[in-house]
Amino acid sequence: MTSIIYPVITLGGLGISFGILLSIASKVFEVPVDPRVEELQRALPGANCGACGYPGCAGLANALAAGDAPVNACAVGGQAVADRVADILGKKSEDVEKEVAVVLCQGDCDKAKNKYIYEGIQDCRIASRLSDGQKACSYGCTGCGTCYNVCPFDAIEMVNGIAVIDRDKCTACKKCIEVCPKKIIELVPYDNHAIVKCKSEDAGKVVRGNCSIGCIGCKICVKNCPEDAFTFENNLARINYEKCTNCMTCVEKCPTKCIVNPVNEESLVN
Amino acid sequence: MGSIFTILVSTIFVNNYVFAKFLGICPFLGVSSKMETSTGMGVAVTFVTTLASIVTFIIQKYILDVLGLEYLQTIVFILVIAALVQFVEMAIKKISPTLYNALGVYLPLITTNCIVLGVAILNIQEKYTLIETIFSAVGASLGFFLALVLMAGLREKMETADIPEALSGFPITLIATGLMSIAFAGFAGLV
Repeated sequence: MTSIIYPVITLGGLGISFGILLSIASKVFEVPVDPRVEELQRALPGANCGACGYPGCAGLANALAAGDAPVNACAVGGQAVADRVADILGKKSEDVEKEVAVVLCQGDCDKAKNKYIYEGIQDCRIASRLSDGQKACSYGCTGCGTCYNVCPFDAIEMVNGIAVIDRDKCTACKKCIEVCPKKIIELVPYDNHAIVKCKSEDAGKVVRGNCSIGCIGCKICVKNCPEDAFTFENNLARINYEKCTNCMTCVEKCPTKCIVNPVNEESLVN
Repeated sequence: MGSIFTILVSTIFVNNYVFAKFLGICPFLGVSSKMETSTGMGVAVTFVTTLASIVTFIIQKYILDVLGLEYLQTIVFILVIAALVQFVEMAIKKISPTLYNALGVYLPLITTNCIVLGVAILNIQEKYTLIETIFSAVGASLGFFLALVLMAGLREKMETADIPEALSGFPITLIATGLMSIAFAGFAGLV
């Protein structure tokens, strides 16, 4: 009998005494926790995407409570979350300009020519190492769906060999921007309705040979823009989104249709 | 006095727990990326190991040996270590929240740092006295501290070095660890 009782008493006794000591220690070393932190954490989306630059939503909640982060630090939650956070902290929230990520390439399987057929590992980062990817255009979307795999919000779809981002699901968390080896995904203001969907810096003739929907550098948009919102360098037109007034002149005039309005883009693709 | 010096030199250099016995590799690799966190971890491990060795020595000698319960050694020692780690965690959270955040998950993982348990068990096996136990524990954790700080220094340099992509990160760290333990093998025969 003693062979059972002694070990039980020994272990049990040690366990209880350590327990008591630890509970005393926890009172001595008690750290007051800001009650707002928990409330903030509930207000945040909880996606733990890290777009704010802090390690997850808990990290941001701590920074918000300490006053180190602006109330609109959460890009994912947008205005709604910023308002709630401001409520909890008793601050005024400023208006957040909503941004969305856009894939600046429309060269899908029909419109862009291929250099070769890629049958390796389906990851853009690997595919793009093999002489800049299978597409003839070295700036274009590789189409292996690395951004599709990394998107935590299911906002990216692969349509006919290129990635298309759903502008209503996108939360501007920048995960796809970081992962894209071609650097063709960029943040664009949600309210902006004219986007140059091409990143090719090749000369017009080369672009035309590679892809039917690339920017050929004709400068028609630059000449016709009433707001002077275009800049042109390296054979590529770029829009200054602050100057653009959504007049849609460029969208209508662009001969290759590489400037598009993302709002009715679906109808264009189909 | 001679034996204490021997124990210190032996545990720090000759039988370094990381490089010669290959114990505590997880925290060694996990926390050695920055000098600041590695010193914090070193201090925490030193504290836990020393205290755990003293407590386990007393428990072994006055409870387990007396009652003939030597077979409970492992479980009792782990109980002691777990309680101590909890205590250290609370203390660090109070004293230095920065260090607490920097150590992160590796702090509670001191519980499963095999150096702590390894030192406690080896002390009993070597039939050390209480004084020798304390010095062996301090030596072992100083050895771990040394390994950690050396590695952190190397890794901070490696941050800026031009390392082939396939090797950067943990692979190069493991290679460096291997080279370092070969270097530490040079101490063999010192004691």
